[in-house]
Amino acid sequence: MSATDTANINRNRAIDVALKVYIVLGYAFVFAPIAASFVFSFNSDRFPSIPLGHFSLEWYQAVASDPLVWQGLRNTLFVGVTVGIVATALGFGAAYTDYRYRFFGKQIYLALALLPPTIPVIILGLAMLAYLSRINLSGNALSVIIAHVVICAPFAMAIIRLRLSQMDPDLEAAAWNLGASEWAAMRHVIVPFAKPAILGALFITMAVSFDEFAIAWFVSGLNETLPVKVLGFLQGQVSPRINAIGTFVFVTSMSLVILAQLLLTGRGQKARPAADE
Amino acid sequence: MRRPISLYGLTFSLPLLVWQVLFFVFPLVFLIALSFWTVKNFRMQPDFDSVNWATMYGRSIFWKAYGTTFAMAAAASALASALAFPCSYAISFKLSDTARRWAVFLMVIPFFTSYLVRVYSWQIFLSDAGIINVMLGWVGLGPYALLNTVGATIIGYLTLTFPLVVLLQLFSLVFIDRTLIEAAHNLRCGRLRTVFTVVIPSARVGLVVAALFAFILSFGDFVSPIYLGGGDPTTLSILITDTTKSGQQWPRAAVIALTMIGTLLVVAFAAVRFAYKGRTK
Repeated sequence: MSATDTANINRNRAIDVALKVYIVLGYAFVFAPIAASFVFSFNSDRFPSIPLGHFSLEWYQAVASDPLVWQGLRNTLFVGVTVGIVATALGFGAAYTDYRYRFFGKQIYLALALLPPTIPVIILGLAMLAYLSRINLSGNALSVIIAHVVICAPFAMAIIRLRLSQMDPDLEAAAWNLGASEWAAMRHVIVPFAKPAILGALFITMAVSFDEFAIAWFVSGLNETLPVKVLGFLQGQVSPRINAIGTFVFVTSMSLVILAQLLLTGRGQKARPAADE
Repeated sequence: MRRPISLYGLTFSLPLLVWQVLFFVFPLVFLIALSFWTVKNFRMQPDFDSVNWATMYGRSIFWKAYGTTFAMAAAASALASALAFPCSYAISFKLSDTARRWAVFLMVIPFFTSYLVRVYSWQIFLSDAGIINVMLGWVGLGPYALLNTVGATIIGYLTLTFPLVVLLQLFSLVFIDRTLIEAAHNLRCGRLRTVFTVVIPSARVGLVVAALFAFILSFGDFVSPIYLGGGDPTTLSILITDTTKSGQQWPRAAVIALTMIGTLLVVAFAAVRFAYKGRTK
């Protein structure tokens, strides 16, 4: 805190207060749509506005009684869980590669590992649709999984790489010197150390997949995921059902993120090598 | 150093490489090939014909959409940067460590809420009988047509980009050497002048990268222009979805997509050049 104290030299209370008010305004802008969606999901009006109608669960009931929504939810869960596992596995491999090896062309390897999220999803969607339908993989859940792993693996790689950089590099070498094979060192030293990050990556990638709609819209065909279904609601009769689904997805995603956060910070503090294996 | 190539090493390195080459590089390369294919009787066939490029580039609607998209994305990027800067500045210099951690955590939340849901929510605010018009009505104003305007599209772009811009700006601002600011103050440099001559130049890389990401996201977004802007004026992203979803004109959509990628590459290159200008490393 000494840094902020020294800045006190020419500090002006009015400006400080104004800046703090500005922060609040900034967050108000960000959270206004999120809060409104939550509030109006419990509101009875067909065309949501103020003053509020009465409290009602009809939009949740409408959503819950729509078989297509359940279908979408099943697809989303299946895709999300599969994507989470595959993307985390690939991301772990890439993070370990970056952590341990130096080789010719590593820059290109890292670019491939990290670039996909910077390409606009609409372009990726089109490219995936064209390519996957060429090799007869388009229009099913598998095509969504393939595409989502491409954009999710970089997140997993970044999270796990961060954790590995906290590890003492001598730890693995020490295991080898004590007679462990590379595989044994991986199993008893690296994986246990990276476990919080691995689980964190698993949940974050699932959450990313749960919310992704553009690529899924292009490649999913009839196997729509829930976000694609929401896009359909937006296109058709605009209805407060979107709020109900949005609130549900928000609660799910946030649970995953908070779980990941707890794993990454809470247990990550103490470095525990193979003790609990 | 151990030999880099071993079965063990490849087990971990190869899967991602194979996956990204197969499902990231190949689709993008295939897009280039696709742009030279032809469509006859609603069926695509492999070809090497520049007809799609000629058709698209010969249409005034394409260039109009290109200009619109570029201008709106640039405006959104500039606006997001300008609006986010006081916020990230205040978070990094005026808040306690605990409050800052909370601020960062709160700014991450929007990434895990559906963008579609937030856009729909803005419709509730902006429609003719929506929240804002009702409130304006209380003081005897309006109603104004807020939805289906360029302004609404920009609000959508800001919804998409503002949290990311704040976070990226924050990361560069918190790493500024505080002694520099102290020195400026000791030398009787005024508050605003310190911001413009010390803080902003020190954080330039982060600020430019944040603006670049805002541009990339807005440039490719199709949700806000359709559901908040009402599809008018047409953007390149709308053009892509229309061309892809109606009729088998994928080769033409590929032309648009490749033009977008080319534009983004040029913008990204220029932005990075500008960010690192005058730096030795």
